[in-house]
Amino acid sequence: MAGPMKMRATAQGGTTEVRVLMTHPMTTAQSGQPLHFIQNVTVKQNGKTVIEAEISQAVSRNPVFSFRLKGGAKGDKIEVSWVDNKGESNAIETAVA
Amino acid sequence: MTRRSLLAFLGLLLAKPLSVLAAWNEQAFGAKTAPDALKGIGASAAAPSKDIVIEAPQIAENGAVVPIEISSNVPGTTAIAVVIEKNPFPLAGRFEFKEGALPFVKLNVKMGETSDVRVVAFAGGKQFSATREIKVTIGGCGG
Repeated sequence: MAGPMKMRATAQGGTTEVRVLMTHPMTTAQSGQPLHFIQNVTVKQNGKTVIEAEISQAVSRNPVFSFRLKGGAKGDKIEVSWVDNKGESNAIETAVA
Repeated sequence: MTRRSLLAFLGLLLAKPLSVLAAWNEQAFGAKTAPDALKGIGASAAAPSKDIVIEAPQIAENGAVVPIEISSNVPGTTAIAVVIEKNPFPLAGRFEFKEGALPFVKLNVKMGETSDVRVVAFAGGKQFSATREIKVTIGGCGG
């Protein structure tokens, strides 16, 4: 089942690298199990949406994404949220280190 | 304004917030061939570009987890899409980069078999694309 998320955001050389892990089965139509996968991922920086993604069941189980944001200072708030095809959702917020 | 056009207008008003809530391109993600997936994201006429960098293993032993790192050096890139041409549903994702984000993403995908992976970059109302073949030893779509 869908579970906890983990995230790390690091500022380095004028760029903030965001690495986020989502716990999710991401089951395909080919697996014989009910289709269950994340469809939307949103990344916010200090409350402002910077990345919006639509993804399919082709993304591996327990998805891990890396993103890069311009600038970013220590303490900036990064929030990542997801919504799946069953309407389940989760979010995590962390401060840039 | 006729009654019919007024109704159509009200319908649009009602439909808009719904489409914002469920911003998932069902047509493109439901496409079963790469050309249909590309059509669904408006990228049928993408021009080949060397400014799209795809980093991935040449051979993926496990098709269930294939790491792909993508960055676009096409000036003004606002979105990147990943199409795994031989997957049952080729479109794997579309990432929109707004002000503040760099056109870069790293993700893990499933691949059913050896396939070209096509990356489309959207910039200034145009589409650009590059491909990279990834050989898969054991397919990973059963996951």
